[in-house]
Amino acid sequence: MVHAAKASHIGGCLSMADILAVLYTRILRLDPAEPQSPIRDRFVLSKGHATAIMYATLAECGFFSPAELDSYCRDGSIFTGHVSHAVPGVEVSTGSLGHGLPIAIGMALAARSASAGSRVFCLLSDGECDEGSNWEGILFAPHHKLDNLCVIVDFNKIQSFGSVAEVLNLDPFAEKWTAFGWHVEEIDGHDVVALERVLGALPAPSGRPTVVIAHTVKGKGVSFMENKLEWHYRSPSDELLAQALAEVGV
Amino acid sequence: MRATFIESLSQAASENPDIWLLCGDLGYSVLEPFAAKFPDRYLNVGVAEQNMAGIAAGIALSGKTVFIYSIGNFPTLRCLEQLRNDVCYHGADVKVVAVGAGYAYGSQGYTHHALEDAGIMSMLPGIEVFVPCDPMEVRAATRLIAASGKPSYLRLSRQGEPNLGSAAITDIRKPRVLREGRDVVILASGPIASRALDAAGELAGRGRDVGVVSVSCLKPLDEAAIHDAVRNASLVVTLEEHILRGGLFSLVASALAGDTMRPPVTGIGIPEQGGKTSSAGSREALLDAAGLSVEAIVARIEQAPVQR
Repeated sequence: MVHAAKASHIGGCLSMADILAVLYTRILRLDPAEPQSPIRDRFVLSKGHATAIMYATLAECGFFSPAELDSYCRDGSIFTGHVSHAVPGVEVSTGSLGHGLPIAIGMALAARSASAGSRVFCLLSDGECDEGSNWEGILFAPHHKLDNLCVIVDFNKIQSFGSVAEVLNLDPFAEKWTAFGWHVEEIDGHDVVALERVLGALPAPSGRPTVVIAHTVKGKGVSFMENKLEWHYRSPSDELLAQALAEVGV
Repeated sequence: MRATFIESLSQAASENPDIWLLCGDLGYSVLEPFAAKFPDRYLNVGVAEQNMAGIAAGIALSGKTVFIYSIGNFPTLRCLEQLRNDVCYHGADVKVVAVGAGYAYGSQGYTHHALEDAGIMSMLPGIEVFVPCDPMEVRAATRLIAASGKPSYLRLSRQGEPNLGSAAITDIRKPRVLREGRDVVILASGPIASRALDAAGELAGRGRDVGVVSVSCLKPLDEAAIHDAVRNASLVVTLEEHILRGGLFSLVASALAGDTMRPPVTGIGIPEQGGKTSSAGSREALLDAAGLSVEAIVARIEQAPVQR
């Protein structure tokens, strides 16, 4: 998709691929035949730029035909370069960072009020944690004991213009969430067994919201993309695409 | 206006269990009746307007109708992008209610003066914008937006505003005639309409035929009704407690622009603050200083070019 459309953000797509795979195959209670069911779980992609992997996941899960992905970023397509709720299965459009978590909190409050049993998952990027609006939400959710809310941070350590450590250091990251009152899980974000274990534990027995700090590798699975800032922007050539597909075994 | 709003909202909430109210830690002595009656649908989110707007969108996207309430610029400009993306782009059923229109907060100073909000809110896609002039219009607008299913903005002044008309309001989206008169027609939005009525009375004493029409619904503006209201007028005046750019004057001038027979339109509003500091003063004193005293309004109308 990214190659054909000459689009960007493949690095941040690959870092969260395992997270989406576990969420959509093992965790989320969703029915592609009834995408608006009021008792569904919600997934809010706050790092809306990493949308190619989101659309691909939804296609794999049967929300629409994989053939439709060929229109990604093309004229007139619903598949825009930042995630769009025009696409079946997408809850909200994002792209400007720092928007997803407050929306997810609202959904978690509504679900609790309705006793619907729905759980809400929200995926943030690490660079996105620079946004103050997130910290308003991070303060709010534990105060209201939103145990049906789970934030996942795709902590690949590279943001738009450099490493997280260089641009605006988040460390000590887990300690910040703990101090705000969250139940913190810190795992290898490519360990699918660990992902299933922590994501499947909602609602959290502690009565607190959960954050999963998922340590990931930007460009995971493709040797020349791994931990390379440039793959936030570049689109692979024909040759590099062939190499990348060979490396990930497609 | 605040008390009328919360009474009207409470009435709507007693009929509709899906209505919620969020506030940004403001509304002391105003919101308590709602909070006491509907504790499960009331939430003070703290001093965090971006979070409040996003939360409102998330609740609304779960099938509810959510009012958010704070002072002037806080639930509007502070969280503008959340209103644009999260609320309006998704068509989320969120109602933004701001108290402190124009100079209502008087001596509190510039941060608390809402001077650009109605124009900025009007620019958001799909939102409906209401600037009521009196408690009757507040009641009608609150009832309407509670059931409209659309993103909405309700701009309130503070308290003690008198009713400016007596006839029942049948459709708050339509301009409401407060004083009959055809030669000069003053279109006003918000409680500043009371000064329009005073100016019209003064001008009548000098032999002019002056009507006053409250335009409380800025968006969607009922352009056909505006055309009807100013038909045969030799002068149209707009009066607003807001800068001219983006507010009532801009909307009316745009609506009339294509009419080759249109009368001239004189806009009276608050000058842009620019780099000047704001002075302390009551709402009335600040309005007078901004050129919106009744005498200044009368003078502007007497000096305005009219259609011959």
